[in-house]
Amino acid sequence: MSLGHQQVDDGTADSLRDAFTGLVARLRSGDLGSLPVVAGLVVLAVLFQLLNPRFLAPGNLVNLTLQAAPLGVIALGTVVVLLVAQIDLSVGSVSGLASAIVGVCAMRLEWPMTVGVLVAIAAGVVIGAFYGFLLNRFGVPSFIITLAGLLAFLGVQLALLGADGSINIPFSNPLVQFANAWFLPPWAAYVLVGVGMALMLGSDLAHRRRRILAQLPVSHPSLPIAKAVALTVALCVAVWYLSIDRGTGAMPVLFVLLVVVMSGMLHRTRWGRSVFAVGGNVDAARRAGIPVGRTLVTAFMLCSALAALGGVLAAARLGSATTSSGAADTNLNAIAAAIIGGTSLFGGRGSAWAAVLGVLVISVISSGLTLLNLDSSVRYVITGAVLVLAVIADSVSRRSRLSHGRG
Amino acid sequence: MSYSFGEGAPYNSAGGDPRGPVVSMRGISKSFGHVQALRNVDLDLYPGEVVALVGDNGAGKSTLVKILAGVHPQDAGTVTFEGRQVSIPSPAASRELGIATVFQDLALCDNLDVVANLFLGREVGGAVLDEETMERRSWELLRQLSARIPSVRMRAATLSGGQRQTVAIARSLIGDPRVVILDEPTAALGIAQTAEVLNLIELLRERGHCVVLISHNMADVQAVADRVIVLRLGRVNGRFRAPAMSYEDIIASITGVLNLEEGTPEDDIGERGSL
Repeated sequence: MSLGHQQVDDGTADSLRDAFTGLVARLRSGDLGSLPVVAGLVVLAVLFQLLNPRFLAPGNLVNLTLQAAPLGVIALGTVVVLLVAQIDLSVGSVSGLASAIVGVCAMRLEWPMTVGVLVAIAAGVVIGAFYGFLLNRFGVPSFIITLAGLLAFLGVQLALLGADGSINIPFSNPLVQFANAWFLPPWAAYVLVGVGMALMLGSDLAHRRRRILAQLPVSHPSLPIAKAVALTVALCVAVWYLSIDRGTGAMPVLFVLLVVVMSGMLHRTRWGRSVFAVGGNVDAARRAGIPVGRTLVTAFMLCSALAALGGVLAAARLGSATTSSGAADTNLNAIAAAIIGGTSLFGGRGSAWAAVLGVLVISVISSGLTLLNLDSSVRYVITGAVLVLAVIADSVSRRSRLSHGRG
Repeated sequence: MSYSFGEGAPYNSAGGDPRGPVVSMRGISKSFGHVQALRNVDLDLYPGEVVALVGDNGAGKSTLVKILAGVHPQDAGTVTFEGRQVSIPSPAASRELGIATVFQDLALCDNLDVVANLFLGREVGGAVLDEETMERRSWELLRQLSARIPSVRMRAATLSGGQRQTVAIARSLIGDPRVVILDEPTAALGIAQTAEVLNLIELLRERGHCVVLISHNMADVQAVADRVIVLRLGRVNGRFRAPAMSYEDIIASITGVLNLEEGTPEDDIGERGSL
């Protein structure tokens, strides 16, 4: 038997057909990828646009990106914890605590803003490390540990905020400016898209080159180029549309950069491989010599740190840290976003991009219902229903995978 | 790290290697609470042979290989590896020595592809993985094993039972072990797939590995084993050597009708033929 398809550069038709049949086979076996989410997003957008023509207006979409970013950062951390088949129910409280810390550091102690942000993120890292320690040392389910954390850190948040219950951060504060008033000028946004896509194409082609050198089968060179061109066009249209209003916000760009970095860490590094292995089969990972304990601790540390950063961004966006920061629906919205985006509750399946897709769905629903002047009661019910749908989709696709093979 | 098979000439004369056994276990005992799982068991393993461990449920087969695999330590007795007395406190220590164990559950990560499973815990590259090298080596390894895997980028979940067994065995070979322990490798397989795995076992023997095979299936055992060790109630209750072993004798030994070991000198290991 030769090395798979030994011919390194076969005909276009063949490799394109291979790519297509591979895709069909994957879809049939229940591995739907992000297709249902993207389809759902389109349906939701069309629906809300029909109900209120202002929904797809540039101004509303700019607001939507600004509103989505803090929650997206929290959801990104949640994705990592779900990947190792654990859960963190305290991301909301930790984000609220982080916003309180930033408020106290910046306004009461009058420390420089960056110090306040770093202290808040460090608090998140410590909290995550503590969760990981409890999990490894005592084997307490993360569900319970983080439920306890939810209460405890809400208490710390309330104590920090004191009797006033809120700390206002003036609009002139650089952090608040960053979250509300920093927009990339259109040329800079186009340059960013261009550079980003060039880097992606370069990385794809370098990867292809390494495979050719290793005499491994490769796809046709037109595929990565087509992907880069399509994404460039889509992103340029998005930048253009947003620039009709205020433009591309700095905070959403930060979120996407974090996602890109996390995606690289998950799919390219030894650490990322351990994350998927631990989430897929923890006993197998342990027997294979994967440092399971360390992987769990780092996953929780990243999750809490990102939750803290999300809380800081939320406080910045709001211009204040209050007792309701990170309260109520933040927790479930972040977890829902991760799951809706395609991260499996059963562990070992998902990607950093799930946070982007999921948080878009949550934000679209929230923004659309707000435009319709619907009460938050309706919003809760609908978000809950969407979450149930996503979890059902996860379970059904898992069952379909089970019936198409084991696993 | 090497993925190649053992160097040097293969040893087809089972148990006849002049260099002596790879592994020598002497007087191994192990209890779990009040249950004595192993009593004073001796076992020698030579390069290039297939040793079948058979016995009824609870006879101590799994306990014996778990001691070799570093899952739990023995209460009494010694293990000698390549002439030197060793302790095997952990699975990692067992692997370090050159003992690879494929447990019945195969320990594959279903969400990972074949390459990732083969190199799990032994990934090539620094902090950033060298996927190309791993994929290339995976192809080479599977080709050497004549494995029928359509793509090494398939997720383990999509493989058939025989393919999963092959991947698990292939993975055990990545550290170039001296001893490969297979726990019930054919239990969940159909006829064709069983034949493939048995071929694979013979291939391992030809390459000079010592294969320890735990099996309930006497047909499989008779097909590939050079020696059969029967455990009964934690003791060695019979030792047979191919081709003279008969199905009836082995079964009699397993059930306790036949007792070959009573009064056998402790050091008379593996040299007794069949009746």
